[in-house]
Formats: sequence, structure tokens, C-alpha cells
Amino acid sequence: MKHRLTLLQYMILVAVMLTASVGDTLLSRGMAQVGAVDVHHLGLLWRALFNPFVDAGIVLLIGFFASYMTALSWADLTFVMPATAFGYVVVALLSRFWLHEQLSVYRCAGIALIVCAVGFVANGPSRTERPPSHHELDIMDSGAGR
Amino acid sequence: MAVHVGSLRAWSCILVVAGMAIAGECLVAAAMRGLGDLDVIRAKSGMPGAIKAVLSSPLFLAGAACMALNFFAMLFTLSIVDLSLAAPATASLTYIGNAIAAQIFLRENVDQRRWLAAAFVCAGVFLLSK
Repeated sequence: MKHRLTLLQYMILVAVMLTASVGDTLLSRGMAQVGAVDVHHLGLLWRALFNPFVDAGIVLLIGFFASYMTALSWADLTFVMPATAFGYVVVALLSRFWLHEQLSVYRCAGIALIVCAVGFVANGPSRTERPPSHHELDIMDSGAGR
Repeated sequence: MAVHVGSLRAWSCILVVAGMAIAGECLVAAAMRGLGDLDVIRAKSGMPGAIKAVLSSPLFLAGAACMALNFFAMLFTLSIVDLSLAAPATASLTYIGNAIAAQIFLRENVDQRRWLAAAFVCAGVFLLSK
């Protein structure tokens, strides 16, 4: 059974990839501005809510959950999983070009592997159902369970 | 001996975190599969109708509870295990565990290509954490 995706569904998968990674990066940047939170300074968590980077991060993470659930309503979990993993690649690229961190050879190799994984599943069907086993077919033929 | 006990405790915590994540994601996936295409539901009953349909699914609520437990288990794990071990280990175990659980419980046809993708994601996450 082949399930081809529409343009809107591809856009939802792109949203799954981008919202989680950009949201995490925004939260990281916002919390770096707010400062370290510990048991004695829990009030900082309240202050964090007024940081624009933290607010934008929260909005994007809500968007991630909404788009992730939408994707799961028409695609297999094993199809959506590599798309969520692609978020690690986006985080690595954001940390390199936005936060100016160094990308090691290991990380470049990791990015290449995840890109390959996304490529493996992207061309396949988005939803599959395993054919029933011989035993299950026998039960259906005999009429049991009707 | 202390090292072995510490390492056993650390890996037990990592396994619990991964187990909670797998249970949460499979339950949410099963809930969404049962509801059908959310875009269609939203077109028919609007955004409030879609939200109501999701929130009234017991499988979704069980999945969300598992994800919440996963969050707190991860916080506990991070208090005894380094992030550099906990993050890639839980992520890798979750990807492989999800593929196995999807085949068994969600009856997905996890073919060779998807197994390869899960293995590549595990290796990729491990390398990214270096």
C-alpha cells in the first residue's frame, strides 16, 4: 500500500524538523541570558517567562507537538522518527552558524548519517500495515471472531 | 564493586527513561492512528473539534502521562548520570525501541530500509554527542 504525501503534509514534516530544534535553541539562548536556576533561586524561572527568547521557544515547542501529532495521524511512527532526528542536524547547524560553536569531524559524520537515514525513509510509503499472518488469515477464513 | 553498582544504577535509569519515551510515543501514535487524519477532522469540526478529539482519546492521555513521567525520569537520571552519556544513550535506545514497538504493537511494516534508517539515526546521534 503506497501513501504519497501532499505538499501540506511535507510542510508539516518540515515544521516537525524545524520547530523542535529552533525552539530548543531559543530556550537555550534565553536561559543563558536569564542565568543558572537552582533550588535557592527558583524565582528566576518566573523571570524566564518574560524573556522573549524563552517565550518564542515555548511557542515553537507547542507548535512542534501539534505538528508531530498531526504527522502521526497520517504517517507511521517509524516514518516520522527520522524527521524528528533531523532536528539534531538543524541544532548542530544553528549552533555552528548562530551560536558560533565549533563543529567537529565526528559531528559532521553524525549529520551525514542522519541525513542518509531521512533519505532512506523519505522515498518510501508514509503509512504501512503489516499483512496478516497465515494464522490470522485462517481465523478470518473460518469465520471465528465474527 | 561501587563502580559496578553505580553503572548498573545509571543504566537502569537510562533504560527507564527510554522505556517511558517508547511507551509514550507508541501510545500517542496509536491514538493518532485511531483518530484518523487530523487535517480532515480540523476541516470538518474546526480547531476546537480537533483538540477535543485528541484530548478525549484515552490512549493519547496515557501517552502524555508516559511522556510526563519520561521528563521527570530524565531529570532524575541527569542528577546521577552525565548529560554526555544520558542524552545519546536514551535517544539511541528510544529510536531502536520505537522501531521494535512499532512493528509489534502498531503493526507497522518496518522493512529493511526503516531498520537501516533507525540504525543510522542511532549512530548519528552518538557521533553528534561527541
